[in-house]
Amino acid sequence: MSSIDEIALRYRLQRADFSLDVALQLPLSGITGIFGASGSGKTTLLRCIAGLEAAPGSELVVTGECWQDATFSKPPHERQIGYVFQEPRLFKHLDVRTNIEYGMRRSLGRDTPAFEKVIALLGIEALLERKPAKLSGGEAQRVAIARALLRAPRFVLMDEPLASLDAARKNEILPYLERLHAESSIPIIYVSHNIDEICCLCDHLVVLDQGRVAASGELQSVLVRMDLPQVMGDAAGSILDGRIANFDAKYSLSLLTFAGGELWLPGRLGNIGDRYRLRIRANDVSLSRTRPQDTTVLNLLDVVIEAVQDAPPAAQLIRVLAGQQRLVARITRRSRENLNLQPGDRVVAQVKAVAVSRPNFGE
Amino acid sequence: MNLGPLWLSVQLATITMLLLLVISTPLGWWLARTRSRVRPVVQAIVALPIVLPPTVMGFYLLILLGPAGAIGEWWLRLTGHSLTFSFSGLVIASCVYSLPFAVQPIMSAFEAVEQRDLEAAWTLGADRRDAFFSIALPQSMRGYLNAAVLSFAHTLGEFGVVLMVGGNIPGETRVISIAIYDQVESLQYAAAHQLAAILLVFAFAVLLAMFALNRHWRQQ
Repeated sequence: MSSIDEIALRYRLQRADFSLDVALQLPLSGITGIFGASGSGKTTLLRCIAGLEAAPGSELVVTGECWQDATFSKPPHERQIGYVFQEPRLFKHLDVRTNIEYGMRRSLGRDTPAFEKVIALLGIEALLERKPAKLSGGEAQRVAIARALLRAPRFVLMDEPLASLDAARKNEILPYLERLHAESSIPIIYVSHNIDEICCLCDHLVVLDQGRVAASGELQSVLVRMDLPQVMGDAAGSILDGRIANFDAKYSLSLLTFAGGELWLPGRLGNIGDRYRLRIRANDVSLSRTRPQDTTVLNLLDVVIEAVQDAPPAAQLIRVLAGQQRLVARITRRSRENLNLQPGDRVVAQVKAVAVSRPNFGE
Repeated sequence: MNLGPLWLSVQLATITMLLLLVISTPLGWWLARTRSRVRPVVQAIVALPIVLPPTVMGFYLLILLGPAGAIGEWWLRLTGHSLTFSFSGLVIASCVYSLPFAVQPIMSAFEAVEQRDLEAAWTLGADRRDAFFSIALPQSMRGYLNAAVLSFAHTLGEFGVVLMVGGNIPGETRVISIAIYDQVESLQYAAAHQLAAILLVFAFAVLLAMFALNRHWRQQ
């Protein structure tokens, strides 16, 4: 197989209540999201890549190097990966510093990231002498991330690292992950059933459905695919990358421009000129034949309908093009028939701008 | 006062304890982790000394360690000495006799070591052996303390098995419990009092220290 920076894998395994059958090429760059409902095989796939799951007859090739084939399976400790589990799994008999050093001392990697830099990136300088029992859930998870990064792994596997945390703790950690994405070159494979996290962090996306690969590719191109309404469910939507162009202090609204239009968003999102990524849920986009004059929706975009797809039982997904930017709208089948919407039609999209939004790094 | 028997008892208990800590490590780990169907059988065998009267234990050990027994004969050919009525024989008998008191606490401690901690250690570059010594063992120190104290104290209080296997040879097999029995038999109550009091205070102090340390660790 090829020796380019990618993970090529084929896993086929059968458990009592579950089967996994996937063949994938994952790029070893940026953050690759693995999305799917619980029970879709995300965690099992990650454990397979780490060597924690016996999967005879499978194949795993990392940058041209065989980690697993029919006769051989590299043991987990030789795989030179970082693994961040759902729970922090810090060793309770060691303090934070020795927990982190545990992986560093056993690292095979040569280009170890600078200790101080990672510690500062994750904001855990003040915690180093503490025992894990004295950390909050969010702190412990940040330590676990630092521990995985500092062993100089080829890549890091993250298994829903935010799932065990409440909403406030999640929002505490997400910015650290974003900084990580921006400032570190270590590739990450990020498993989540939360599409907001995926949209905020990832560059590539794999969608798993009942142990099979439903889609795999660049994030936006997978998001706007029309053949996955059942799998994506309420997660249907798109992302939009733009720049902050203005801030209206009177109403506290930021203006985001992108190739194909502009959107007003509540709050001060950043400095003028900053890149910014929005997730626009299909449920937050509605379509209209004429430009409504008396709507409370702030954002109206002139768009062209590209494709229409049934989303049983009652809805339809409609993909529209605003300049270069693709959006997905979810409307009822009845509305679509009433308006007789067809591919090629010019319509107006109303976008509720309360969708999840995150600063976008990666420049 | 003749402190020889006390000294002999302490020697015997210390050596037995150390040997048992080593033996119980792989045995306890296997018992804690295996899903094998042999596990209950092994557990029952290990627990036998708790149930059997020391005379029964001692009787079988006497046969086994005697010059005609499987182990005794082998030992005789190897060293030229008999195992029965010797200090070495006492050590072997004590190890069997006190085995459950070392295995049980160590096994319980190993059972409390979480598989997910070991997995985390593997993904951090530790092989299985390394993960055992760097994660499982340090997390089980309380179990080791309990095993050490219990096996030591239990060996110190041994009487029936010693009498059967070791007899009453001064400096070789006359341990403190035998000496006290001897003194009482020959109506030397004053001497018996001294040794008995030393044993009583010592046993109490050891147990107190163990429970205090346990309490301290639990609060940490």
